[in-house]
Amino acid sequence: MSIWEYANPRKFLRTSERVMPALWVSSALLMAVGLVWGFFFTPDDFRQGSTVKIIFLHVPAALMAINAWFMMLVASLIWVIRRHHVSALAARAAAPVGIVMTLIALATGAIWGQPMWGTWWAWDPRLTSFLVLFLFYLGYIALWEAIDDPDTAADLTAILCLVGTVFAVLSRYAVNFWNQGLHQGASLSLDKKENVADAFSNPLYICMIGFGLFFIAMVFYRTGTEIRARRIKALLARERQGESA
Amino acid sequence: MVVPFSVGPESDLLARISPGVLWLGALLSCLLSLDRLLALDWEDGSLDLLATAPLPLEAVVSIKALAHWITTGLPLVLAAPLLGVLLNLPPEGYIWVVISLLLGTPALSVIGTFGAALTVGLKRGGLLLSLLVMPLYVPTLIFGAEAARRGALGMGVETPLLMLAGISAAVIALMPFASAAVLRINLR
Repeated sequence: MSIWEYANPRKFLRTSERVMPALWVSSALLMAVGLVWGFFFTPDDFRQGSTVKIIFLHVPAALMAINAWFMMLVASLIWVIRRHHVSALAARAAAPVGIVMTLIALATGAIWGQPMWGTWWAWDPRLTSFLVLFLFYLGYIALWEAIDDPDTAADLTAILCLVGTVFAVLSRYAVNFWNQGLHQGASLSLDKKENVADAFSNPLYICMIGFGLFFIAMVFYRTGTEIRARRIKALLARERQGESA
Repeated sequence: MVVPFSVGPESDLLARISPGVLWLGALLSCLLSLDRLLALDWEDGSLDLLATAPLPLEAVVSIKALAHWITTGLPLVLAAPLLGVLLNLPPEGYIWVVISLLLGTPALSVIGTFGAALTVGLKRGGLLLSLLVMPLYVPTLIFGAEAARRGALGMGVETPLLMLAGISAAVIALMPFASAAVLRINLR
C-alpha cells in the first residue's frame, strides 16, 4: 500500500468518489457552523465594530489561495519527476479553485479596507503579493488553455509553476522591501503570545478547516472530471481511427 | 518620451517620477520585442537545427538572450542620460539610473527569453507572453526602480543595487536551464 497506487486513474477515481461525500458534508457542516458562529455569536470588536466579522471569509480564503499554489507545486513536481497523469490533472484542477480563493481574499479585503483604512486598495506588501499571485494563477490557467497537446501543456505549465514559485517568493520579499505595510501582521500563529482573542479564533479555526476540506473535495471532483474528459477524448480518437481503417 | 505629454510638463513632478518612468520604458521596450525573439527561428525551422547542433541548447538560449539585450537593453542604457535630460532627472541620479539599468536589463532579457520559449509554439502567443512574463518581472522592476529612485534622491543605494545584481546573476546562471527545458518540450 503506497500513495503511488493512486497514480492509477481508476484507483484514484474509486477512492476519491468514496471519500468525496464525507468531504462535502463535513466541509459544508464546518463552514456553516464556523460562519454562523462567526457572524452571529461573536462579540463586536470595540474599535472595528461588526466589520471584523469578514475575517471568517478573508483569512481562510487567503490561506487556501496560498496552499492551493503549494499543492500545485507539489503536483507539478510529481508530474515532472514520476510522470503520473493524475498528478498533472490535479494541478490543472486546483488552479481555478486557487484563483477564486485569491479573488475572494482580495475582494473581502477591499470591502473591509474601505471603512477601516478608508481605501479600497493600498500598495501594501501583502496586497501587492496577492495581486502578483493572482497574475501567476491567470498566466498558469491561460497557458493550460492555450496549448492543444495535453502532455506538452502539462510539461510547460509544470515548469511555469516551478519557476513561478521562485519568483512569487522573491516578489514577496521585494514588495516587503519596497513599501511599508498597512496590513496587520499575522493574527494567528503558533509561536506568538499575542493572537486574536479566543472568541474569534475558535470559529476561525473551524472555518479554516472547512475551507481546507472544501478545497480538497473540489480538487477531487475536478480531477475526476478531467480524467473523464481525457477518457472521452481517447475514446473518440480511437473511434475515428476505427472508421478510417 | 511621450510621458510629459500625458502627465504635464511640471518639472518637479517629472523629476520625481523620471527614474521610475525610465525603468518602465526599459521593461516595455523589452516586452515589445520578445515575441519575435524565437518565433522567426521556429517558423523557418532553424530552431530545430540549433537544437540538434553540438552546442547545448542552454548556450543557444543564453546567446539569444544576449542578442536581445544588445538590441533592446544596451541602447536604452546608453540613451538613458539623454532621456533623463528630457525628463528633468536630478543630476545626482544619472549615474545610478545608468548603473541600475545596466545591472537590471540583462535580467529582463533572460527572463523574457524563458517566456518566449514557453509560448514559441503558439499561433498568437503575444498577449499570453506578456501575461506570463509580467509577474516574473516584478522583483527586478521593484529593486531596479527603487535603486534609481534612491539614487535620484541622493539616498543610499547599496541594498537595492545589491539585490538587483543578485537577481541578475541568479537568473543569468539558472534561467537558461529552464528556457532550454521548455524549448525541448516544445520541439518534441
